Amino acid sequence: MITEIGHYALVLALILAVAQATLPLIGAQRGSRPWMALAQPTAIGQFGFLGLSFLALIHAYVVSDFSVAAVYENSHSAQPLIYRIAGAWGNHEGSLLLWVLILALFGALLALFGDNLPPRLRARALSVQAMISVGFLLFMLFTSNPFARLDPAPLEGRELNPLLQDPGLATHPPMLYIGYVGLSMAFSFAIAALIDGKVDAAWARWVRPWTLLAWTTLTAGIVLGSHWAYYELGWGGWWYWDPVENASFMPWLIATALLHSAIVVEKRDALKAWTILLAILGFAFSMLGTFLVRSGVITSVHAFAQDPARGLFILALLTVAIGGSFVLFAWRAPILKAGGMFAPISREGAMVINNLLLATATATVLLGTLYPLILSVSGGGTVSVGTPYYNATFVPLTLPLVALTAIGPFLGWKRGDLPAAMQRLTFAFIATFIAAVLTWWWRTDGPLLAVLGIAIGVWLLAGTLLEWAGRVKLFRTDLATSWSRAVNLPRAAYGMTLAHAGLAIAIIGMTGASAWKVEHIQVMHVGETVEVGDYAYRLDNVQTLPVENYLAERATFTVLQDGKTVTTLQPERRQYLVQPMPTTESAVHTTWKQDLYAVIGEPDGKGGWTVRFYHEPLVIWIWGGGFVMVFGGLISLSDRRYRVGAPSRALAAIRAARA
Amino acid sequence: MTRKTRRLYLIVTSLLLLGVAAGLVLNALSDKIVFFFSPTEITAKPPSPGKVVRLGGLVESGSLRKLDNAGTISFTLTDLKKSVNVNYRGILPDLFREGQGVVVQGSFNNTGQFVAIDVLAKHDEKYMPPEVAKALKASGRWEETAGQVGSSQVGSNANGSIQ
Repeated sequence: MITEIGHYALVLALILAVAQATLPLIGAQRGSRPWMALAQPTAIGQFGFLGLSFLALIHAYVVSDFSVAAVYENSHSAQPLIYRIAGAWGNHEGSLLLWVLILALFGALLALFGDNLPPRLRARALSVQAMISVGFLLFMLFTSNPFARLDPAPLEGRELNPLLQDPGLATHPPMLYIGYVGLSMAFSFAIAALIDGKVDAAWARWVRPWTLLAWTTLTAGIVLGSHWAYYELGWGGWWYWDPVENASFMPWLIATALLHSAIVVEKRDALKAWTILLAILGFAFSMLGTFLVRSGVITSVHAFAQDPARGLFILALLTVAIGGSFVLFAWRAPILKAGGMFAPISREGAMVINNLLLATATATVLLGTLYPLILSVSGGGTVSVGTPYYNATFVPLTLPLVALTAIGPFLGWKRGDLPAAMQRLTFAFIATFIAAVLTWWWRTDGPLLAVLGIAIGVWLLAGTLLEWAGRVKLFRTDLATSWSRAVNLPRAAYGMTLAHAGLAIAIIGMTGASAWKVEHIQVMHVGETVEVGDYAYRLDNVQTLPVENYLAERATFTVLQDGKTVTTLQPERRQYLVQPMPTTESAVHTTWKQDLYAVIGEPDGKGGWTVRFYHEPLVIWIWGGGFVMVFGGLISLSDRRYRVGAPSRALAAIRAARA
Repeated sequence: MTRKTRRLYLIVTSLLLLGVAAGLVLNALSDKIVFFFSPTEITAKPPSPGKVVRLGGLVESGSLRKLDNAGTISFTLTDLKKSVNVNYRGILPDLFREGQGVVVQGSFNNTGQFVAIDVLAKHDEKYMPPEVAKALKASGRWEETAGQVGSSQVGSNANGSIQ
């Protein structure tokens, strides 16, 4: 019964979405307020019905109703409650419902809290939002209904893929989805502005917090996913350039570019058409990501739904949405008035370079992701594009970007003074030089590129801190004045400082973990000790333990350094009971200097086990830096100017006239 | 600075950047990508020693052996027409089974032995890597209806631990 209510709510949401997609749009065209006002109740209603539908699905999973096909396929009554709940979105149908639910949530938020927007813009943005909903709801109802029934109902389910039975499933997909779908807001605003024919500072100020929210959650989602892959897959890697990872990384790159170019629109009224294009591209990449994950056209660890009908449907959806937007853009963008002027060397100029580099880097990732597909369609053979490709294209393009990130904030708007900026960065030059020399002296074993990576990370970190120090006049006035300046700095400024510093920290971590990683594999017996680097690992015992829905083979290693016990590591091999599939649970000892990582493999039948150890220097800095970036995003979101509301267009016009 | 000169700067910078990016991409695509071969293709036209390629097929039943105590193992990949022997040092993926489709990445050494750097098996016991399915179809041994290879030909061993 509850399942049918869920299904019915889904259909009702679709009907409301159709109304929301059409009526307010017509109303905005005719200037009819009551028609435009229809957007709010329909948006809130649509969210309500989708919420109901989602709860019904969760209910089916919690009570293990195996008459529902998706529950049968992906759940088991012996699964712990958290994985029965999280399992609801650990598969194609459920994850789509979550996707649409978040989309509707954003629509509802805009309907509830968008009172300071011009009614026309809000009505149009909500309509565009609903059009996306319609597309995805149709897709769901026709090709991937999460409420499809089985008759007769099986007695027991087939269990969630054991690899997904991890706390990561509860956080990583929802975060990533909020980020993906959050970009739909910038997209809807961009389309609405194109119909409107007007983009100004006020528009940018409304779009920015949504983009910031999407960027922040996308960052968090990627960081969580990377960390999950690191400890779950047991290969000690944190990024594989897997097509699905790229699918989340490309929208992130574009969102980063959009975040910066929207600042230029807001402050200087320039780069308007470009910003609109980025907003469209950002969401286009989100949709492309969904297509790549769902259609199975590309081989990947994540590709769970391999159904050509679904792939075709999403491809059609993609073509209509992205193609339509580009046509609209080509038609309407020329009427956007060109804005403020600036010299090539200026804050705006720096943002342009940032955007160009980010866009080019995204293009290389896109090409690498799609190249195997293009080649196989054109009969050129089967290839795989991996890390070496990205190291040779993406890295050389982004290293200069990171280096320039330290300089950009020192340049003034309109016309910047490069020599003066360089002078203020003197200390950063010195710090970078010292870091490079020290790195080279300490670790002569690594590649020379590692020295460059560390140097660039230190450069950005030092430059970012110097910029902050300059703002608060640290050591150039008394500490009390500096303190009061620091307290009064806008939160958006802290957002930038933290985001840039986080990036710097992450780059140092990535360099360390790639350049000086140590791997050791061998067969070990109980009681044996093996030396890896400065550490000795002693295999104390291997026990077999039954746990909830799996059987664990748990090894206990004592890790010693200079004869003293550092820690014990207990990696596991798990044999799940329903799906005859073993999984590896690595054991990791984390310090700020390096991770000690142990994995136990198969027994050799003669009392020995294949074991694997990794030493990963600085690896925790990657996720630490990621979370500093997320924190920066959150701080920036709490900035006062978003809470007091965006200025009206009239006010903005007066200000523009005065400037 | 007029609007026109600004636009000129922008276009020149963009073109320069695109040129650099295109150069990097072309260079990377010419030697950084890895081609996939089936056992039949690779025996017909072996790549030069040291050239990294991917090789996909089914793990032949009873071919899995341990070579030494350092964790080196040996197994045979087949597309049911031709077979290639592979050496690998490391922990096999959780789903590595005799009879299962796998893809390995590696190269031939100077003595003509294929040495794998990576063994990729998918995280689903029903899964067949698309490349392997294609290779099997090419060798005419794919049973379209079942979407699987006949077990009589391969003899899947669900408990493929190394003896």
